Amino acid sequence: MRDRRLLCLGAAALVCIAAYMSIGLRGNLGFVLTLRATKLAALIQVSVSIAISTVIFQTVTNNRILTPAIMGLDALYLFGQMLLVFLFGGVGYAALDPQIKFGGEVLLLMGLATSLLLPMLRHRTDMGLMLLAGVIFGVFFRSLQSLLARLVDPNDFAVAQSMSFANFNNVRTDLLIFATILTAIAAVIAWRARHVLDIVALGADSAIGLGVTWTRTVTGLLLLVSALVAVSTALVGPIAFFGLLVVAAAERIVDSRRHAILVPAAALTAVIILVGGQTLFQHGLGNSSTLGVVIEFAGGLAFLILLFLGSRR
Amino acid sequence: MIQVENVSLKHRSTPILHDISLEIPKGGITALIGPNGAGKSSLLSLIARLQPLQVGKISIEGFPVDTTPNRDLAKIIAILRQDSIVTSRLRVRELVGFGRFPHGRGRLTAEDQAIIDQSLQQFDLTDLADRFIETLSGGQRQRALVAMAFAQGTDYLLLDEPLNNLDMYFARELMRSLRKIADGKGKTVVIVLHDINQAGFYADRIVAMKTGRVVADGAPSELLTPETLHAIFGFEMRVETIDGIPMVVHLR
Repeated sequence: MRDRRLLCLGAAALVCIAAYMSIGLRGNLGFVLTLRATKLAALIQVSVSIAISTVIFQTVTNNRILTPAIMGLDALYLFGQMLLVFLFGGVGYAALDPQIKFGGEVLLLMGLATSLLLPMLRHRTDMGLMLLAGVIFGVFFRSLQSLLARLVDPNDFAVAQSMSFANFNNVRTDLLIFATILTAIAAVIAWRARHVLDIVALGADSAIGLGVTWTRTVTGLLLLVSALVAVSTALVGPIAFFGLLVVAAAERIVDSRRHAILVPAAALTAVIILVGGQTLFQHGLGNSSTLGVVIEFAGGLAFLILLFLGSRR
Repeated sequence: MIQVENVSLKHRSTPILHDISLEIPKGGITALIGPNGAGKSSLLSLIARLQPLQVGKISIEGFPVDTTPNRDLAKIIAILRQDSIVTSRLRVRELVGFGRFPHGRGRLTAEDQAIIDQSLQQFDLTDLADRFIETLSGGQRQRALVAMAFAQGTDYLLLDEPLNNLDMYFARELMRSLRKIADGKGKTVVIVLHDINQAGFYADRIVAMKTGRVVADGAPSELLTPETLHAIFGFEMRVETIDGIPMVVHLR
């Protein structure tokens, strides 16, 4: 039964992809299709990386309302970007080889995120405190970022400004190959870890009792999450509530928290929302609004609903 | 055999356990009793390597708990904690199946399925097998957790107050099941109990703790005397023998 629901999700995702590729084709077909395929690849990657990173993050922290974005991970990433602009100047920043820069950023984010989050997980910090700490991390790095933004000259500021908003129309295709490899590796690791993730979801004590090497496993999973956050933030910019929305929806659709089902379901749901939504906005609504805003709105609502329903775990 | 040698534990600067040495031979039921804050749960979680060892040595079947790979230990020893977290949208059968994780890393063979069925049956969970954990009552959930620890199929089973939330019927059933696996399969059970009469009737040995020390240790018949009980809990109790079973009357 769950497998059937998963198949339905897969079919719906394929329909969205087909619609995205085929609606309103005009002019030079080869050019249009290449353009769309590149964007599609980026959207799918963002979907997959946000879905997987959110599922894993929720499992590791053992609750349903934390996402990497709520814990300020993307703010951390943007701060890193701003720091680069500050150090090298707008021209220097633009001149950096995007792939090397991206690779460095991913490693930096992995290091920083792990060193911030691991102590909290080790000491079994409770949920409220984690959430609070996350919000403060977020504000802290955003403030640092805006402080730096005030210090750079206006031209550099324009460069920095463009990267701090989510934008699904203008994805960074120059990082695509690198990001594809990273996402694919992460997806394979997540799939292979699906059984371990089920056990990790039971909490530290039960997981250790069942033979999971807790600290090592959790560190590895957090590294994976930070790499995925870096991928999605680099491609489209920060989106806070999308992961939450996607995972909450997927969990209800397949009615399970088993990772063998939830991970693919969340990824497919993300593809449906992102690719389907983008198709709708481009062709149905004539770009009258931006998908980013709508997703954040719906995700924010989902966050509040989850809070009210008290599903804190 | 579980060997605990000179183990001490401090939480920040508060001492929890003082120089505990204890040997629990293979087979039989050992009950840990004592007032709240005696360090029973801490000792149990140290034996089950849920907390890092600070001072002293603990080994199970000769394997030191701090250096043996966790994966291997999980096939020897299972633990049920008082406050196990249970994630939602998880069915009873899936939870019990997690007990087989140390053996197949998540892949369930026909043999695993048979063991899961047996554990479900043993704790009267067969009818509840497809229910979500969050729809169960506290006692049913507790039974599911015990069934998971059972399904792990280890020679050593550590249970921290497993009778919490259980009604009289299932408390008796659980203790009888433990007795059965201890006698029939030669398993070793270490159990924290607050009901002194359960400990007296089902355990082979009682270890009493108070303020981080072992204060009494012996067979129920030797230990359940008014003097010893007063030393442990700090008030007068009467001990009557009914049909050869020592019963502690602690209500007045």
